[in-house]
Amino acid sequence: MPVKVMIPSPLRPYAGKRDSAEFNARTVGEALGRLTSEFAELRKHLYTEEGKLRSFINVYVNDEDIRYLAKENTPTKDGDTISIIPSIAGGLPSIARGGI
Amino acid sequence: MATTTQPETGAKPAASLSNEEILRYSRHLIMPEVGMEGQLKLKNAKVLLIGTGGLGAPLGLYLAAAGVGKLGLVDFDVVDFTNLQRQVTFGTSDVGKPKSEAARARLSNLNPDIQIQSFETQLTSSNALDLFKDFDIIVDGTDNFPTRYLVNDACILLGKPNVYGSIFRFEGQATVFGLPDGPCYRCLYPEPPPPGLVPSCAEGGVLGVLPGIVGSIQAMETIKLILGRGDHLIGRLLLFDALGMKFRELKLRKNPNCPVCGAHPTITKLIDYYEFCGVRGEEAPGPSLQVPEITPRELKARLDRGDDLFILDVREPHEYQICNLQGHLLPLGELTRRVHELDSSREMVAHCRSGKRSAEAVDFLRKAGFRKILNLKGGILAWSDEVDPSVPKY
Repeated sequence: MPVKVMIPSPLRPYAGKRDSAEFNARTVGEALGRLTSEFAELRKHLYTEEGKLRSFINVYVNDEDIRYLAKENTPTKDGDTISIIPSIAGGLPSIARGGI
Repeated sequence: MATTTQPETGAKPAASLSNEEILRYSRHLIMPEVGMEGQLKLKNAKVLLIGTGGLGAPLGLYLAAAGVGKLGLVDFDVVDFTNLQRQVTFGTSDVGKPKSEAARARLSNLNPDIQIQSFETQLTSSNALDLFKDFDIIVDGTDNFPTRYLVNDACILLGKPNVYGSIFRFEGQATVFGLPDGPCYRCLYPEPPPPGLVPSCAEGGVLGVLPGIVGSIQAMETIKLILGRGDHLIGRLLLFDALGMKFRELKLRKNPNCPVCGAHPTITKLIDYYEFCGVRGEEAPGPSLQVPEITPRELKARLDRGDDLFILDVREPHEYQICNLQGHLLPLGELTRRVHELDSSREMVAHCRSGKRSAEAVDFLRKAGFRKILNLKGGILAWSDEVDPSVPKY
């Protein structure tokens, strides 16, 4: 069942500069597993050392947040789009501003 | 959104427009969706802009032009040359001036009928609630995680809408947080990325038009909230991809267990947001990354002596084209894969633009067995400052 995984621009340097990739996968976890085996450097950006999805990374199947579905066990079907949406602060990422 | 145009206690809301105002706003007034009623709502509205930079530029210009009666501008920064590529409120003659004041001057010229207050200050946990309380809507146009979480929490504590926008290179996000039934920023992202895990300056930069588009979307949402018209971006995260020229939308849900807006909040006052975000927000690498260094002057002296040093440039190819030290180009992101190209027996100096990416490279290579590698302190920027000013800074 090919599903499309959309890779956001902050993570593309770790994914061979690709903006998307297609995998045969029955669940979100399986698709992300295939993605991170193909691009090993992505793994530490998506998962903690304990293997949990990082809390500043949200994953959607089509327009639904998997946290409100079955998380990584969320089933996928042919033609689904999985989006990885990291938090971005905006502006100039190289400069952390201010004194809060 | 009736909550957004409440007058200040004791202050009487404007009930009419002058003939000059009627002329100025005639293209609004002839639209039934705005009309006299809507224009008066705009005139009585009070909007606080956090940040007057890339997102703040279209926000300030459009909200002032639209006749929002009171605009607050919070920014402690000063205008520099690299801002002018996207922060269109400012002109070349503003370089060196405080942003909040330069923006106030520009916006007052655009619309002298509105009240504009500039706050040349850092938004902090100790002043945020005080600054926010006199405004109906807060618009977040900042550029760092600590301030994002601070703005979010302060808006939730005060029950004010937070019009959110953020950008990265050629992608943008926008939504509206902080409405009673809607989600907040913490529902979307409970925690910020730890320092070092978000790509740093290597992948930074932003296409100048992008904040113009995302900031304009925020301005539109702000005006719709004031007018109480249309469908707001509440519970929807709008994603914009400028390269693909595509808009997408994802569903945002209110997290019932959210620590700040959930049923049983654990955050009931503002906290230390620097600590929460790991001191420096998204900046990489983390403070723990201490690697052996060489200063630009020491490097110059050694090169002049004829020492055989291998210069490793870990920036991206397009940066190499801007300026270089004739080093061997191997971008940080490709280092793991291409490490075999390097000779660990040679003395090596790694550099990037500012010294951060190359510190990561040195750290990685040392762990991989390279013993003779140093990081160029301050990168090519410091080289330009201390050794060769003909090398351009970017």
